Amino acid sequence: MAHAHTVKRYSGLMDWLTTVDHKKIGILYLLAGGFFFLVGGLEALLIRIQLIQPLNGFVDGQTFNELITMHGTTMIFLAAMPLIFAFMNAVVPLQIGARDVAFPFLNAVGFWTFFFGGLIVNVGWLYGGNPDAGWTNYAPLSTGFSGIGADYYAIGLQIAGIGTLVGGINFLVTIINMRAPGMTYMRMPMFTWTVFVTSFIILFAFPALAVGLVLISFDRLFDANFFNVAGGGNPVLWEHIFWIFGHPEVYILILPAFGIISEILPTFAKKRIFGYSSMIFATVLIAFLGFMVWVHHMFTVGLGPLGNALFSVSTMLIAVPTGIKIFNWIFTFWGGRIEFTTANLYALAFVPTFVMGGVTGVMLASPAADFQYHDSYFVVAHFHYVIVGGIVLGLFGGAHYWWPKMFGRKLSESLGKVTFVLFYTGFQLTFFVQHLLGLWGMPRRVYTYLPGQGWDNLNLVSTIGAFFMTAGTIVLLINIVLTTMKPKDQPADPWDGRTLEWTIPSPPQEYNFKQLPLVKSLDPLWEAKMKGEEVPAAEPLGPIHMPSPSILPFTMSVGLFIAGLGIMYANHDFVNQSVEKFFHSMIPVYAGLAIILISMFLRSVIDDHGYHIEVEELQKEV
Amino acid sequence: MSSHDHHGGALPAHPETATLEGKNKVLGFWLFLGGETVLFGTLFATFIALRNQVLDGKSGEELFSLAIVAAATILLLTSSLFSVLAVQAMNRQDVKGIQFWLAITVLFGAGFLGLEIYEFVHYVHEGHTIAANAFGSSFYALVGFHGAHVAFGLLWITLLIIQLSKKGLTTVTAPKVYVASLYWHFIDVVWVFIFTVVYLMGKVG
Amino acid sequence: MNRWLKVGRLLPILLLVAVALTGCSLTGEETGKEINIEHATPLAPQGSVADGQLSLINQSLGIMLTVLIVVFALFFYAVIRFRKRKGQDDIPKQVEGNHVLEIIWTVIPIILVTILAIPTIYYTVKFAEDYSKSKDAVQVDVTAKLYWWQFNYKNEGINTAQELVVPVDTKIAVTLTSTDVIHSFWIPGLAGKTDAAPGMVNKMYFDAKKPGIYRGKCAELCGPSHALMDFKVIVKTKEDYKAWVASMKKPAKVAKGTEKGAEIFKAKCMTCHAVDATKPGLFPNLANFGDRELVGGYLDNQGTDAKKNLTKWINDPTSVKQVSDIQKEKGLAMPTAKQLGLSDSDVEELVNYLHSLKK
Repeated sequence: MAHAHTVKRYSGLMDWLTTVDHKKIGILYLLAGGFFFLVGGLEALLIRIQLIQPLNGFVDGQTFNELITMHGTTMIFLAAMPLIFAFMNAVVPLQIGARDVAFPFLNAVGFWTFFFGGLIVNVGWLYGGNPDAGWTNYAPLSTGFSGIGADYYAIGLQIAGIGTLVGGINFLVTIINMRAPGMTYMRMPMFTWTVFVTSFIILFAFPALAVGLVLISFDRLFDANFFNVAGGGNPVLWEHIFWIFGHPEVYILILPAFGIISEILPTFAKKRIFGYSSMIFATVLIAFLGFMVWVHHMFTVGLGPLGNALFSVSTMLIAVPTGIKIFNWIFTFWGGRIEFTTANLYALAFVPTFVMGGVTGVMLASPAADFQYHDSYFVVAHFHYVIVGGIVLGLFGGAHYWWPKMFGRKLSESLGKVTFVLFYTGFQLTFFVQHLLGLWGMPRRVYTYLPGQGWDNLNLVSTIGAFFMTAGTIVLLINIVLTTMKPKDQPADPWDGRTLEWTIPSPPQEYNFKQLPLVKSLDPLWEAKMKGEEVPAAEPLGPIHMPSPSILPFTMSVGLFIAGLGIMYANHDFVNQSVEKFFHSMIPVYAGLAIILISMFLRSVIDDHGYHIEVEELQKEV
Repeated sequence: MSSHDHHGGALPAHPETATLEGKNKVLGFWLFLGGETVLFGTLFATFIALRNQVLDGKSGEELFSLAIVAAATILLLTSSLFSVLAVQAMNRQDVKGIQFWLAITVLFGAGFLGLEIYEFVHYVHEGHTIAANAFGSSFYALVGFHGAHVAFGLLWITLLIIQLSKKGLTTVTAPKVYVASLYWHFIDVVWVFIFTVVYLMGKVG
Repeated sequence: MNRWLKVGRLLPILLLVAVALTGCSLTGEETGKEINIEHATPLAPQGSVADGQLSLINQSLGIMLTVLIVVFALFFYAVIRFRKRKGQDDIPKQVEGNHVLEIIWTVIPIILVTILAIPTIYYTVKFAEDYSKSKDAVQVDVTAKLYWWQFNYKNEGINTAQELVVPVDTKIAVTLTSTDVIHSFWIPGLAGKTDAAPGMVNKMYFDAKKPGIYRGKCAELCGPSHALMDFKVIVKTKEDYKAWVASMKKPAKVAKGTEKGAEIFKAKCMTCHAVDATKPGLFPNLANFGDRELVGGYLDNQGTDAKKNLTKWINDPTSVKQVSDIQKEKGLAMPTAKQLGLSDSDVEELVNYLHSLKK
């Protein structure tokens, strides 16, 4: 395959641990994100079982708080984020006609830091108890009143956040510098556009979270006083920092989902996206406004009517670009030839479902009314319509759509439709009734409730819905297992697609494009097919340079993992004396830091010359 | 596209952005600095929110000695100037010149760090610690984060000087010199804000 | 092919069934209640603040339902009308966009948002009105604590906990704070939430149109027993309220037959709990404990199980209301009867005494 004298090639497990190929990293993100999605889903099911009837004794208050905290944290940071990164990695370089991402090594660093950060967030299942202050981790509950679980949250997300930030920068540079000849910004596919904008949001939002988590850790580990009132601190400061990050985070997640369905709908309606430039304008505007609405999460904090009113209006304004998108989607399939493939079912269902989440969002933006909605089940209903009805439907649709490209195999359409029906019905059953529960006065995050408040039946319905969603997910798992046993038989373009990823084999060769394509319009493949041609090449066949695999991203992340555990346990009281002695000696912290620094040193000192795939080899491969 | 094509041969006019890898690195680093700006912005906001929460501890006005801080500022600002001279040497493809000016940069940076450590030790003796009050917490978070950036930069640039003597100036090492210099300017700019917001405003009240 | 469409048609029916299953009206009222409580909710409010909030909810819901209907109509029409039919293999026209349409669906949302913004700003300013200096309002300092509520009537000089007694048709000016973590003060049927945060003082007000008992809740996650951090707002007629204040001001009396319990209380409980309403005490003031609807926030304190429930509480409070280990370490949890050195008969005497504390 390559220069025998320059490159080590690994196989099996080592291949996955050392890979810097964005397609393989995409699959790693899919596996890890999928795993955490199942964990978060199981937590959700346990939550719903506890709430199936009033005064249920399935779990106690402490366990319940751990479950809701882990459910939210896992789903947002460890499931939705990596699943979006999975599609970013698998699709964006192919859509812009690039052979690789800008920083393949950092890409691997991003995955492994996310993965080990995610493990730290989950260490509490094994020792010390889980984070229990909600995914919003409000201080001082999380600083003065929580066990070591709050350290797992702060340190784990800190490490996972490095991966996200690195990934964001990587995709920004990739999209800016590595587009194929002729692929102007105004010819980029919508998914790439949304990833581009999302990466900017990541770049400007995640550092705020990083600082917030550092402050929480300093309060907990070094007795700092950022959020401790007795020491002059201010707990509301955490709320500001968290939501300055947290609201843009919502858009980090939803914009790529917008992008995914903007790819699926045109493909299965056989029509180009309606209002392409206004779609881009709306995406950018949503991202921009997303940074100036965070106070709408804090209307009840007591920041005064003027502040509340200002942030209320800025929040309502987001309805405008979102509305543009909704109507553009409807008019994309208006006049088309709509095929009801599984991927398209998800994409179609996304539109009205997301609108339902959107309109409650506008209702929530009204401070005086929000005093009633806030922290009630109405809010729970709202954000699950946006996150499940938006992001998860987008991700499931994207999975069915791009599965052939990623794996060379097509997910079963009939099982896919079974999943869709079960999952979507379950989703509506679970969350629609929660609007009413909220308006009838049920607060969120309560582990139980008294009978006689009119909530019993709706909670039962909601729990039944959760079981439907579980059943749908199980069918999806079966579908994935069965599909994996099928042969790789998918052609380059199984869906009659429109964009560049469908011009190369499924799954693509490691170098993606034998010759870089020349792009002359939006939807280059579609345009070429209409003319009965192929997408033209922009260069003659030549040797292709590839980066070498490396174990350093993995070792670096292991170093972070060890140092992270070490710093949390450095002052922790263990029952076992020798364990306590070991951690109090700070050896793990220094060992972890040493591993990180040595890995960085090696990376800096040893130049990666990569290897070349020669023309003869390219010609051999069909 | 390949990096080793230029080994030993004549370098192009802008060796830092001559290859796609170099271009990516420089652009990526600018973006990274954008993120760093948010990071320090958040730390500044935290400091401004909490800087008057002194309780029964000493305030900035009582603690700060502007003479030491001014000396540290001069050291860091001039070190930034030397890193510019290093980049100019790179444009002349003068490896010795780059190494020389980077070494001076490190020297002055180390001087700054030494003064900062001296200052911190002094404060701790005065009872101004991270756990003393919210002012202390936010002070050490902001100034300490900056100090950690300086320390990391010193290690990085030192390593770069060693690498330059091993590998010479290539299209691989040139972007590294360039982004290290960018990083050092950024640290410098942050310090100007720290000097103003923390020390001058702290002294004036 | 149209499996999805069938589901689409089924869904609204399923949802209606779901609502019907609950066997109650959309206002959340329910008959056959166990405790005598007014079933006021945000949708069936009993005070001017919640009324205004409901009016805002209704206005925004109205606008949003219009949006929903338009989008759903367009969506379902397009999905059904433009589904691919058998043998339909031609390529549809590739439309880039339509400026007129795009301007329409940019301008209309702007108009709708403007319409919604006006009442929003009006009510936001209105509910921020400060009654803390008003002489006509009842002034109450509310302090949220893990997991109970302390009520201090500033002008009357009396204290109580868990049950906020107020007169009907009167503005109640609440000054809120917390001594530990962030809580949120919510009376769903009377007024929306305001946070109670440590180191911060928030003001809000409410009133009630009818005498009765209203539910109050903590609406910010505050620990393992967050769900149990309920309180009651007891709205009395103005005369009854005056009488209640007067009786609260009188020093605590020991009823006949409860002398032993009173002595045990003095020896074991008095460091934390006051029975004199003019003193707040470190933990819930018990001056009118015998009147309380609930013990521990959720166990009945008036019915046949009242004795059993209070005995259970005194014997092992944290088994009724779980607290975190750290809270225990901070001394914010009530000790068990055993830890206090109380025998079973002591507890029985205490229960009798506490239930005799009525106003």
